[in-house]
Amino acid sequence: MTGFQKKLVAGLIVMAVLSPLGIIIPEAFHAGDAWGEWGKDTLKELLGFVPEGLQRLSATWTAPVPDYNFGSGESSLSVQVFSYILSALVGIAIAASVIYLISRLLRQGNGK
Amino acid sequence: MHIPDGYLSPQTYIPLFGASLAAWSLALKKVKEELSAKQVPYLAMAAAFSFLIQMFNIPIPGGTTGHAVGAGIITILLGPWTAVLAVSVVLIIQAMIFGDGGVTAIGANCFNMAVVIPFVSHYVFKLAKGGSSQGRRVSVAAFLAGYTGLSVGAIITGLEFGIQPMIAAGADGRPLYAPYPLSIAVPAMALEHLLLFGIIEGMVTALLLKYFLKNEPAMVYAFQDRKESQAHA
Repeated sequence: MTGFQKKLVAGLIVMAVLSPLGIIIPEAFHAGDAWGEWGKDTLKELLGFVPEGLQRLSATWTAPVPDYNFGSGESSLSVQVFSYILSALVGIAIAASVIYLISRLLRQGNGK
Repeated sequence: MHIPDGYLSPQTYIPLFGASLAAWSLALKKVKEELSAKQVPYLAMAAAFSFLIQMFNIPIPGGTTGHAVGAGIITILLGPWTAVLAVSVVLIIQAMIFGDGGVTAIGANCFNMAVVIPFVSHYVFKLAKGGSSQGRRVSVAAFLAGYTGLSVGAIITGLEFGIQPMIAAGADGRPLYAPYPLSIAVPAMALEHLLLFGIIEGMVTALLLKYFLKNEPAMVYAFQDRKESQAHA
């Protein structure tokens, strides 16, 4: 790895450590979900009902770490902050590994 | 911009899976032609960067949140087809592991964020920079590339949300999937990205491009002479 690349990796790690700002700052400004990404409870509040197809399809998949939170939905801020950093590290490790594997496969036989 | 499961009808998410599949197979072909060993670490870092920048939710006080995607800068640094792959990998991980974006909506989310944004950014940058390869014009072009890319991606997402009530309603006339019509969904998605999140994406794109042009100008895809490098290959 070149010196420049090491700097970039350091920058990414700093981003991971600072990532909880992405949950703390919205909370401080009383900002909620992204538009169109409401959960069923919020939809029920907004509309008075949960659309039938949405109700059915929303159960398609249960993510192992929903909302980047390793705790429960009601976990304390410190658990959320810690979870968020851990999610960032796990996420970039998986993303980088998958890309690395794809790159290896693609580079086989391209002669570069 | 991460559409959850249930917001899109199968009539919408299945064709969008098709569109993303087509883009992925083309992207694999194009990246295979161009990928050199030197680029692999940058590709991995690009995916990591996109994953991280999406974690920085930015609030509209008292309202919703949004975030940058990083697809604009990845497009300028590594090319649009590489951005298709890097951002798609990120979106699939977000959906499968973190429940951010639906699994049925992977095709739609990849189309909106990993296909539309890179190609809009790519052409806007090309058009706006003209013949310049440094200086203010390039920074402005990079800003516009990020800004326009994210905003167009958001508007397309708004269109997908907004056509749902027309496509599918129950016997009682109530919407089956995303409930808001085009007249609400498109302005909501467009405005918040045009006024805030797009500006963030534009600034991230311009600042990082400046940093790379200063430190590693030779690697910047958008300034490489493609014909020459292909002749050497």
